[in-house]
Amino acid sequence: MAQSLNYLKESPSQTAGPYVHIGCTPNFVGIEGVYAQDLGSGPMVNADTRGERITIRGFVYDGGGTALKDALIEIWQADADGFYNSPSETRGKADPNFLGWARCPGDMATGEFLFETIKPGRVPFRDGRLMAPHVTFWIVARGINLGLHTRMYFSDEEAANAEDPVLARIEHKVRVPTLIGKRDGDTVTFDIHLQGDKETVFFDI
Amino acid sequence: MKNTLPETTPFFARDREWHPPAYTPGYKTSILRSPQRALISLEGTKSEITGPVFGHNILGEFDNDLIVNYAKPGEMAIGERILVHGRVLDERGRGVEGALVEFWQANAGGRYRHKKESYLAAIDPNFGGCGRTITDADGNYAFKTIRPGAYPWPNGVNDWRPAHIHFSVFGHGFAQRLITQMYFEGDPMIWICPIVKTIPDKQAIEQLIAALDMNATIPHDMRAYKFDIVLRGRRSTLFENRLEGN
Repeated sequence: MAQSLNYLKESPSQTAGPYVHIGCTPNFVGIEGVYAQDLGSGPMVNADTRGERITIRGFVYDGGGTALKDALIEIWQADADGFYNSPSETRGKADPNFLGWARCPGDMATGEFLFETIKPGRVPFRDGRLMAPHVTFWIVARGINLGLHTRMYFSDEEAANAEDPVLARIEHKVRVPTLIGKRDGDTVTFDIHLQGDKETVFFDI
Repeated sequence: MKNTLPETTPFFARDREWHPPAYTPGYKTSILRSPQRALISLEGTKSEITGPVFGHNILGEFDNDLIVNYAKPGEMAIGERILVHGRVLDERGRGVEGALVEFWQANAGGRYRHKKESYLAAIDPNFGGCGRTITDADGNYAFKTIRPGAYPWPNGVNDWRPAHIHFSVFGHGFAQRLITQMYFEGDPMIWICPIVKTIPDKQAIEQLIAALDMNATIPHDMRAYKFDIVLRGRRSTLFENRLEGN
């Protein structure tokens, strides 16, 4: 027998279930008076936030093409200059008027999610090459056993997308468009497909 | 102020044999909600090793007391009073400081306060079912609540969830983001639950079962259950010329 490495195991995930809102967005389901407001709800920007205002909206579809009405979506992104508002950001100080994180429950009638944010700047890959502007998405819901990580890139960044080291890693190029949010004016549409011909690329990070 | 280096390294690879797979037909909803293509492996970049930090200023006085945080003044939620406590650790066994922990649960009768909940058990007018706290410097957290009830759910014709509390946890990096559930020691319902059984390994399931902790029990007030939560560990920085990790 060799020495024990003594690492712990990560707690196994369990589904967020149909009532994830009670814990994460209680006001959204009428549980009022416990928290003044739901964490991560509302616009991510204030008057002093730097950067180009955009709205990201979309749906999460199951393998039958039905939009999920009970998903919870969180996003995490860099500020307009490509800095994260995190103690682990060592390259510079992020915009103090931009947290870069938000959560949105899908609408209970339609399933649509919506984030009012800014377009992020470019962030370097591990080897220093710049990644194209992107927003990290994390999706949980009833029936999803372990939260799904993906990224949204921007359709108006063709040149940057073409040299992005993460997109370059996707062997089946026909799947790359599943990660591209379609920009039309100030709105970026990003639909997530959990399964099927249009299945979104998800990452093991 | 603590003189600690920023955490700049990627996380250990996730052990996907330990977690439930995406496709678990015994849990019917997973059938159409499970990706079928291979995940794209991505060594953590700044986008994954960074994450939001939440300050104690977001917390209200009773956020960690579900017995009173929705109750009318002078009243309390009905049920067995319990204290749930433990540590948020990483896979290296280090306490995770400043971790936001959110929790939600059914009431003592197994009924959730939610628009889409239709179980016939009574609503408790004094129980909302949500709470949150932030871990201290050693990763400790604690909250007061009532023991939730078991309840039936539409999956098989006679499936029941064991008593459980849902947990959502933020670490220091967005790649550590985790949602899981806590079960109670000695509950025979655990081993027949289709959602529990999505986890293939019995030891992994046992990691989600909180132990009765008589030492933390408050005499003549409430029993305690201890539930530690482990988030992914970070790779080390052993060599000065590889600050991004070995």
